[in-house]
Parts: sequence; C-alpha cells; structure tokens
Amino acid sequence: MFDESDNVRKINTINRRLFIITAAKILVFFGLTSRLFSLQVKQNNKYLTLSDKNRIRESKLHPVRGEFKDYFGNVIAGNNEVYQLHIVPEQVEDFRYITLRLKNILNLSEREFQKIHKKRKKIKAWETIVVSDNLTWEQFSKVNNYLHELIGVKTVLSISRIYPFNENYTHVLGYVSQANEKDIIDNENIKEKFVPGIRVGKTGLEKTFENVLLGENDIQRFEVNAYGRKISQLNYQKGSKGQDLNLTIDTEIQKLCTELLKDKAGSICVMDIFSGEIIAMQSSPSFDPNLFLFGINQDDWQLIRNDPMKPLLNKTINGRYSPGSTIKPIVALSALENEVINPEFTVHCKGHKHPLELYGQTYHCWKKEGHGFVNLREGMKQSCDIYFYEISRRLGVDRLSETAKKFGLGEKVFGGLFENEKKGLVPNTMWKKNALGQSWVLGETIITGIGQGFIQTTPIQLCLMTAQIANGGYKIHPKIVLNNDQQYLDKYKPLFKNSKNIKLIQKAMFSSTNEVRGTSYKSRIDDPKYRFAGKTGTAQVKRITEKDRELDLKTFEIPYEERDHALYVAFGPYKNPRYATSIIIEHGGSGGTTAAPIAKKLFKLIVDRHKLRQSVKEKKYWDI
Amino acid sequence: MSFNNFSHELTLFQKIKNYDFILLFCILILGITSIFTMYSTDGGEVLFHTKSHFVKFSIFFPMMIVLSFINIKYWHAGSYLFYILILGLLVWVALYGVTASGSRRWINLYFLNLQPSELMKIAVILCLAKFFHRIRTTSTNSFTSILVSLTIIIIPSILVITQPDLGTAILISFSGLIILWFSGLRIKYFIYSFLIFITSLPFIISFLKPYQKLRILTFINPERDPLGSGYQIIQSKIAVGSGGLTGKGFLKGTQSYLDFLPEKHTDFIFTLFSEEFGFIGSILLLLLYSIIIYRIIRAGLISRSFFSRLFCFGFSFAIFLYVATNISMVLGLLPTVGSPLPIMSYGGSSLLATMIGFSIVLSASINHRQNIS
Repeated sequence: MFDESDNVRKINTINRRLFIITAAKILVFFGLTSRLFSLQVKQNNKYLTLSDKNRIRESKLHPVRGEFKDYFGNVIAGNNEVYQLHIVPEQVEDFRYITLRLKNILNLSEREFQKIHKKRKKIKAWETIVVSDNLTWEQFSKVNNYLHELIGVKTVLSISRIYPFNENYTHVLGYVSQANEKDIIDNENIKEKFVPGIRVGKTGLEKTFENVLLGENDIQRFEVNAYGRKISQLNYQKGSKGQDLNLTIDTEIQKLCTELLKDKAGSICVMDIFSGEIIAMQSSPSFDPNLFLFGINQDDWQLIRNDPMKPLLNKTINGRYSPGSTIKPIVALSALENEVINPEFTVHCKGHKHPLELYGQTYHCWKKEGHGFVNLREGMKQSCDIYFYEISRRLGVDRLSETAKKFGLGEKVFGGLFENEKKGLVPNTMWKKNALGQSWVLGETIITGIGQGFIQTTPIQLCLMTAQIANGGYKIHPKIVLNNDQQYLDKYKPLFKNSKNIKLIQKAMFSSTNEVRGTSYKSRIDDPKYRFAGKTGTAQVKRITEKDRELDLKTFEIPYEERDHALYVAFGPYKNPRYATSIIIEHGGSGGTTAAPIAKKLFKLIVDRHKLRQSVKEKKYWDI
Repeated sequence: MSFNNFSHELTLFQKIKNYDFILLFCILILGITSIFTMYSTDGGEVLFHTKSHFVKFSIFFPMMIVLSFINIKYWHAGSYLFYILILGLLVWVALYGVTASGSRRWINLYFLNLQPSELMKIAVILCLAKFFHRIRTTSTNSFTSILVSLTIIIIPSILVITQPDLGTAILISFSGLIILWFSGLRIKYFIYSFLIFITSLPFIISFLKPYQKLRILTFINPERDPLGSGYQIIQSKIAVGSGGLTGKGFLKGTQSYLDFLPEKHTDFIFTLFSEEFGFIGSILLLLLYSIIIYRIIRAGLISRSFFSRLFCFGFSFAIFLYVATNISMVLGLLPTVGSPLPIMSYGGSSLLATMIGFSIVLSASINHRQNIS
C-alpha cells in the first residue's frame, strides 16, 4: 500500500509548489506593508484631518455686544441678563406631559405651545429647545419652584440688549433684533459669527457699527460620536466683548428734547459749534426699542407702523423740509459776500395790498400790514419776505446755492454714518435743467430766497449751518461717536470772504430774538449767561391761495396735515457762542410761536450743562 | 533506538521536546493582543465582547494544547468523518439553522451558536489532504480524482453560498483549491480555469445579489456613496490613516471609540488596532502572523508524511489568505467580503476552527517522524 518512492515524488512536487506560493505570500505581505505605509505615514496628515473633522464639532456661543455710552459714560445701550428656559427632549421622560405642565406654569398660549412641538420635530433628541428667551421674574421664580418635578427642563442665564433710556435714543442708536436672512447675506461678519438667535443692529448706529460692536464668539469644541452626540468638551475658547462706543450726546439734554417734543412730530438737534459734537438729537415721536429685542408683537408693530406721525422715521436726518425763513441768514450772507447789497440796502414792504409782482405772479410778505422800509438787520429781525425777494432776485439762485452748499446744505452731514441720511436739495439752474429738463424761472429764485420751492433741508443740516455761522464762519465736521474721531484736513477752514459779513448776520439773528418786533422776541432770555440768537422759520406745506389769505385762519383752525411746519435755528450763549440748535415741529404753525419757545427751555439746560461737559473734556486730556 | 521505527510511540518527554513552543508562544501572544484589542473596542471597559472573547480563548487555547497531543495519524483516520460531520451540520443549518441579519449561518447549541461554515474551512483541507495522501501521483491528474476533489470543495461551498455567505464560501473554495495545487494538479488546469473564470465574470456578476453588486461598485469608488455603502471603507481608511507611525495610543482611537467604525469587533478589528498602534504596531502584527505562517510551513517541511505536509501547507495558506483578505479589505484594496482576522476577530466558531487547525499542526510537528500508511 505505502510506496516510499511515490511519496518522495509527491514531496518534490509539493516543495516546488510551496516555493511559488511562498514567493506570492511574501509579495502580498510586502504589498500590504506598502499600503499601510502610504496610508499611515505618507498620507497621515490628510487622514488625521479627516478624523478630527469627524470627531470635533465647534459650537459658537452668542457673542457679547459692545455697549453704547453717552458723553458722561452712562450706559445707553447695555447688556442685560435674561433668563431663558431650555428643554432637552432626550432627558425628558414624557415630552407632552412636561410641555403641558410648562404651558400651565408659564401661561403659554396655544400657539406658543404648538410652536414648541413643531420645534421638537425638527431637532435631534439631545439638542436644546429654547422655550422662552426672556422669562419674567415671576415666571422664572415660578418655574424654579417646580424645577425638581420638571426633569429635562432648565433655566439658563443669558445676555440680551437693553436700552435703559427707552425711547430717548431710538433714532440715534436704532435697535437690535434677531438676525434675518438678509442681515446674514449682507454682512460677512454676521455670517461668520452667526449663532441661532443672534441679535444684530437693524437701524441707526447699532447697524452702522455692527462689525465693531459684535464681539467674538466664545467657542466650545466638543468631541462627538458618529451619531453627532456630544461626548466631551475639548476646550473652551473665550471670545471677547465687542468694542464699547462713546457718543457725544448728553443724556440729560436728550431727555429734555424728548420731553419738549412730547405729543408732537418733529426734531431737535443740538451741536457744539466748534467740535461739531452732537449734544442731543431726537426725533419725535419715538418708540421703545426694547420692544424689538425678543421679536415685537404684531399689535405693537402695527401701532408704530401706522402712526401718522411716523415714529419709524428719524426726522433729524431723514426728514426733508423746506427751510422757510431759516434760510434767510444764508441768503443775506450770500448777498453780502457777493457784494450784491450792503447792510444799509433798503426795501419798502407795503403789505398785502401791494405785493411784489413779477410776470403776472404776485409774491406776498407774511405780514398783512407790511414792514415799511427795512434794511438788512430789520429784514432779518422781522423776517420780511419782500426784502428777501428783492435780494435773492439780485443775487440769483446759482450764487445762493453756492453759499448754501458751502455751509453744508444739500449734502449728507454725517457722511455714511447713518445708512439712510438724506441729502436734501439745494437747487440751481443746472440742477433744474438736468433733473427736470426745464429752464430756471426767476420766480423760483424769489421763493428760494424765503426757503420755499425746490429747496429741501434736513434738520441736522440747518443745525450745522447755524453752527458754522455761530462759530464765525468756519467749517466743522459733525460727529456723534467719540471713538470714531476722523481727522479732517479742512477743519476750521473759513467759509467766508469777509468775516465782517458773518458778524453782521450773527447780529441780525441776535436782534431777531432779543429786540422788540423780532420774530422770536417772546422766547428771549434776558440773562446774558443764557442769551441766544436765532431765526424762526415757517415752512408752508401747501400753497397759500387768495382765499386762505382772506380767511387768515389761526393754526388750530386748519386741518393738521395742512398746517405749516414750525422751524427755529439758534445759537448761544450770544456773548461767547458755544452751541447751535435746530428745532422743527411738523405742522406746528409758525416758528415764532411753536418752535422758538422750545429753544428757550432748551438753552437754559444746555448752558448749565456746559461746565460739566467741559470738566469731562479736561479730565479726558488729563487721562492722556 | 531506531529512527526508522515508524510504529514507535513517543514518550511524553520526546513529545515535549518536539513541541513547537515558538508557534505556541506566538499564538498566545496573538490571543492576548486580541483580548486587549477587544477591551479597546468595548471603550476601555470589560464588557460583553471582552469577557466573551477572553472566556473563549481561555477555553480553546488549553483545548488546542490537549488536542495537539493526539497523534496525527488519528487525525488522518478521522478526516473523512470530520468532513462528513461538518457537512451534515451545514445541511442541518440549511434546514434548521438560526437566522440572523438576513442569513442562516448558525446552529443553536444552547450554550453557544456554532457556525459550521467556519469549521468547514479546516474540514475541507483535512479531507482533501487525506484524499491526495491516499492516491498515487500518477492518478492525481486523473479525471476521477479531479472530479472527487472538486466535489469535496463544491458541495460545502454551495451550501455556504446559499446561507448566503459569499466571503466564507470563497475562503472555503480557495482553501480547497490550494490543496489541489500542492498535490500536483497540472498548472495548465489552473490557468485554463482562471481564463474561464475571467471570461465568465460578466455572466457571474449578473447572478450576484444587488447588495453584492453594490459592494463591488463601492469598492471601485467608495466616495460614490460616502454615507451609505461607502461609509465603512471610508471610515476604516480614515482610522488607519490617522493612526500615523506610532498610533494614537491604546484606548485612544477616536474613530472606534466614537463609533465611526462599523463592525469593529469582527471584520474591522485590524482598523482599530492599526489606529491605536500605528504603522509600527501593524507591521509587528503582520510579522507575528508571518512567524506563525512560517512555523506552520516548517512543521510541514519536517514532516515525513505527505498528509501532514499537505495539511500544514494548506493550513498555512489558509491563515495567510484570511489575514491578507481581511487586511486588504479594511485598507480598501478588496471589496468588503465578510472575512474575520484569525484569532483577533470576535467570533467563537472562527476561533474554534483556527485552534483545531493549530492543534493538528502542533501534532504534526510532535509526530513529524510518523509515517502514515
């Protein structure tokens, strides 16, 4: 049976074949080794990155927004601690039961209740549902009482914006609200720092300085498993708070402005005539920006949106008004500068019976009886329209517009600081040809001379104009944010040809307020410390017909929308001017009766606050 | 004392003197490594897999030593019986087997679930080794012997394919075919059948199940479905690649710890090992397998009987095949077919079969002077 020789033959074959197979094995193992080498040594970095991408998730937290402070360092837009209520569905035994309990405890509406359940469906079990992002103190304490029964529910301390002065700063600061899609698309920075529920500036300075204010996110790095569940926190990178911004505004004066504008539509702004610092700037009516923080409710929103007095409009920089007689200082100045008239130039104003007639059109003075013979000083003081018709006729609109533009009309006062600041309009012949395709008519020059017609200005422009007359005719650059101090080469560049002309205008404005028969004589302050100079203005909203002129109605007898806008520009204290202001009351009647008395109340406080303001400034220099 | 006394029974001392302690030691090292790796797959805790693997290894390892003292001639004598027994179990599986995750592979033995297809990997080698041991060289290439030997391979392969378990079926048939190779079947037959296989490949593919086709497509380009069928292989490559030269450290493999690795206890255990111990660790593991394979071949080379030699060579190739297939698979060099890494992977039947194989090899090396008639 057993054959030794056959066995040997078999063994020879098997050994030969083993040799081939072993060679193949070595080759394969060598192949595996080189594959391992290529994966683990050569491409190690690539796979290490992929592995980290697999396991590390970053989660950004809400960055802490920079604060706004007023000139004296009071916080006017701060950060407030708010209590939020979170549910982690995974930790909840019976989600429906818990939410029903919460509904009872917090008095949630049926809609809010449904919203929670809708949210629950969208997220993973271990993610967090924010039930409420602003619990009232009552709700908070009530929930805390029951917290031991509500497993999976927790109260969390978070940070939110707060505006302690409510409606006082709404138009300057704007407000923040939850970022929407447009905010994220428009601003790369928001996109980068986005976390759900992040609040970003929607209007005003909050929007302009978004990038500075936003701050850096705190970043938590988590290790997650293949299902996305957080396993452990790897590190916590502390972000930084956004930059704080100091405004030039004095809250006390701002508050007074709000008070003075109560129940009126209009604007007040106050400016330092040398530094261009805005001391106060309020537009009325205003609204409470705190309403927008957690999403405004529909009723409040409709109330604000449909208010005929337009609370959403920042009238100081967005409102365009005919300047009315407040333009007269510039008209007079332009006439003097261009040597069209001298101060003694006299015009005879004969009242309504003998209006100025030009190519069949009649131009009336505001005063029925007429002013008689008026020179420059008297014309300004009593705001005689006939006088200004005559000098603007002699001056011509082009030379007038040149001066007006020099003093800051027709261009944005803050540059790009406020996204929707209006330029207003200073017309000239070229403009009309280009814009309307028609030639300029002399009659339009006449009415431009009293601030009617095409000319349109914003209250802040009028304030700047007044400030630059008050400081002796030098250019200033208004500013509202202290940190944002740009260096201007043309600071204090003279805007006049002859400084005597500026002095003449200042004196004429003084007489308008402080001499008998002046249009704002009733609003004067006799105390030299507070004495101020100003110019009233009454801007027509609609054309005055012959019938209106005959009726000569009192302001309160005219429907609200047809009443004139009341304007007043002023500077003071007269002896040593420091501050300029412009006041506009929409449909307020005449400037002398409505707007000028406001200035009287305002100037007392402005001058009183001056010393305090000065001390802060000196202290600031000391700090340096 | 005569060396030519074939019927001489060895004393216990001689048996121990002949014992291949190097192989024994390597197996032990591999076993310990596998337990520690299993401990890591359990996330650094002694959980089910670690405990179970430890218990199985500590039963099967002594069992292997005991079995290795059985004379090789008894293995030779029992070869057919063993094969028929396992074949019977496979039929039993096909009829009454336990179904899990879509395939019927297990027999419920109350204390453990046995997977006969794993044991068949050994049984087919054993059976064919005896078959070719018993026929003359001249009749090796005869029609009848080829037919018989192919039948021995094909019957269990078909039974396993129908479970369905393509991976194991392929391993069984390759283990069988390698015996045909070693026993001296003409090389041209291998070439012809290879050519026939290549030409009929499109035909075979049309018979594959959709999930098997998907596996092949995924193998060609794993990125075509990174979260679906390509997920396993992509994550496996990431794990291995991120291990680097020295690895992330024991119990620090983030890919496996954080559950990115699928089937990390079984088929993908090498990935975890490689992630934690890096290139150096992987090379050492490959080296360990190489030593084991070498010691098995050596046992064959010193054996006087053709049966021992054939079995050892066949078994060494089988071990090589499992290791190479498994590692190639996790490195993305082969499509994912279920094939465990010997001893390292979790799975009792696979461990049992491997240990039986080792005990026969050890027996062969003890009794290498034994002639089998």
